[in-house]
Amino acid sequence: MIVRIATEGQYELTESDGEAFNRLDNHAVGACEADNEEQFHAAFNELLDFVRANGQPVPDERLEPSDVILPPPDVSFEEAKAEFTGEGLIPG
Amino acid sequence: MPGLSGRMSTVIKAKISKLLDRAEDPSETLEYSYQKQIELLQNVKKGIADVVTSKKRLQLQEQKLQDQVLKLDTQARQALAAGNEELARTALERKNVAQTELQSLDSQISQLEQQQEQMTASEQKMKAKIEQFRSRKEVIKAQYSAAEAQVRISEAATGVGEEMADVGLAMQRALDKTENMKARADAVQELEAAGTFEDLTQLGTGEDDIDRQLRQLSSSSEVDSELAKMKAELGTGSGPAGELGAGGADGSPNQSQAS
Repeated sequence: MIVRIATEGQYELTESDGEAFNRLDNHAVGACEADNEEQFHAAFNELLDFVRANGQPVPDERLEPSDVILPPPDVSFEEAKAEFTGEGLIPG
Repeated sequence: MPGLSGRMSTVIKAKISKLLDRAEDPSETLEYSYQKQIELLQNVKKGIADVVTSKKRLQLQEQKLQDQVLKLDTQARQALAAGNEELARTALERKNVAQTELQSLDSQISQLEQQQEQMTASEQKMKAKIEQFRSRKEVIKAQYSAAEAQVRISEAATGVGEEMADVGLAMQRALDKTENMKARADAVQELEAAGTFEDLTQLGTGEDDIDRQLRQLSSSSEVDSELAKMKAELGTGSGPAGELGAGGADGSPNQSQAS
């Protein structure tokens, strides 16, 4: 599974990492829905650290779309919430 | 996928497929996509140049502020030596503000440096992807039947399209931050323009808006202790009433007393 951390790069995770990844992803979403900023940043950083620690960086010359894309590491809480309700980070 | 990571992927894929739909035959898609990549690379180069310009501007301001701090310090000493404690205090208050601004400029400059590095890395990555796309484009054109080519093109274009969207996002964020800094830099520049004393005699008499603002901004205890230190250095009443700053010499009553 290829995961992109937006503005940072792509990482390849093994299939077995998928479950933990999803769980962490859901934590971040849960914090957004609960409108808990502190909890969001903690969960999101945990998610990023997981990908960086377990993923293999995808070489520059490989040209493949990602299975999932995470928001940029410097994402604000407002932006993260907008991912679910508004237009998201990529402008039209 | 409904998660945080799913939403961005979906949006990007939707945008890329919209882009692909515009072209009717496969080779047109390839060329159009390649064209877009080259354009983006040019934009990244421009973006880097923009960040570098902002950085240089802040560095110039930093230099000016450093000069100002020195000048204000000298002026405070001169004022104190001439027995004008009030004027010395004002100079030190301004010095205090300038020093605070210096610190914040310093952190902004290092932020811009980080952005420059990040964008340069993006540029390198983008170049590698474009080169990869270019060679794949030639292979697809030469080796595959139309139907098969369509599938391969779509894959390659989606891969490179995602990279483009990401570089675009990184650049947009970097430039947004730079814009914010520019606005702040303008404010500092105004302060800097108003900060040095062109004519020291004018400041002894009245207090303008800037003075009041500065008084609020600066920490008076710091100024007090610095003033006390300066007094101790000069020795009480022993110093001759020296000339005040170069710009303030004309018609200064203090100076005529001194000579």
